Amino acid sequence: MIVHLITSFVATAAFAILFNAPKKTLFQCGFVGMAGWFVYISLVEYDYDAVLASFIAAFFIAIISQIFAKMYKTPIIIFSISGIIPLVPGGTAYDAMRHFVENDYNTAIQLAAKAFMISGAIAVGLVISEVLNQLILKIRLK
Amino acid sequence: MENKLPQTIEVIDLCLLAGKIMLQCGAETYRVEDTMTRIASSLGIPSSHSYVTPTGIIFSIDGTEPAKLIRIYERTTDLYKVTVVNGISRKISSGALTSDEAFKKLMDIEKANFTFPLYQQILAAAISSGCFLMMFLGQWKDFIPAIITGGVGFICFVYIHNLVKIKFFAEFMASVVIGLSAYLLVYLGIGVQLDKIIIGSVMPLVPGLLITNAVRDLMAGHLVAGLSKGAEAFLTACAIGTGIAIVFAFY
Repeated sequence: MIVHLITSFVATAAFAILFNAPKKTLFQCGFVGMAGWFVYISLVEYDYDAVLASFIAAFFIAIISQIFAKMYKTPIIIFSISGIIPLVPGGTAYDAMRHFVENDYNTAIQLAAKAFMISGAIAVGLVISEVLNQLILKIRLK
Repeated sequence: MENKLPQTIEVIDLCLLAGKIMLQCGAETYRVEDTMTRIASSLGIPSSHSYVTPTGIIFSIDGTEPAKLIRIYERTTDLYKVTVVNGISRKISSGALTSDEAFKKLMDIEKANFTFPLYQQILAAAISSGCFLMMFLGQWKDFIPAIITGGVGFICFVYIHNLVKIKFFAEFMASVVIGLSAYLLVYLGIGVQLDKIIIGSVMPLVPGLLITNAVRDLMAGHLVAGLSKGAEAFLTACAIGTGIAIVFAFY
């Protein structure tokens, strides 16, 4: 688990460099990615479906990103984009492509559908969390 | 008071410039539209319409002024510029910046290059490849091979993208190189699990940002933007997949 935490932290921070995030937010980006991956991997270890785990992790990432965005007065996209990078189903998409090439279409379609579902779940998680945030803000303003 | 208000044409130019920079740097569609409308309204134009797609922005305001169009050719991810432009638009709304000053600042930002030095980017891509390998339950033995292949792949991507301005081709070639070098490393006995090494080193190229932004735009009602971003993501995924596939086809 410690290996997972460290590697996800480093990977997310490295991705933040590739995305050219502001230098002072690199650490926070890494933290968001680590937290999201921690949620995801713990859920998967308890035999939850990868789609559901991605959804919850993305939701969680969006919440942390919103808090950070408020604290550091930066657009939320900086944290949320870097944070979801570990969740992106790159491995599944790769497997799908590989099976396509090997003419194993049945497995390939299954894997592709799964990759699509996971990326959809990530996006829905982010959006729902943002919508909830706006709802809370509006209710508070009233 | 009247002559203090900036000319509407200038406001349109200002909004478009801000929108262009943000869109080129990978901001979400709604943020681009929001920023442009907000700048316009704080400079005395309450109603404006913007139509943002990944390849162009149309911006018009009510009245006799012409609608203006800006074509976007290339999109990268540069979150620093997004932050800076966002800050400028906030300053305009709060009245801390006049439109002339803001325009000058935006021009500077557009020309400036804030990216990390290339060697740092390559290093970041290489290290993240190694880390992804571990996150996908690889073995420590493959850590160094993944770093090497990831770094080589990223160098190849940057280099070819500078030579030929076609992203698809650059991604394709980069993944071919990744596949080849991963195969070589496994063949030489340095790496163990070919699949894991390739997945790890391909990750810096994977269009994760695009896929999520695409679904998000679709849900927010920006149907054209969402679909075209989805198409771009699909193309990228195809390029990577085909590149790897070619390597597998030969062995």
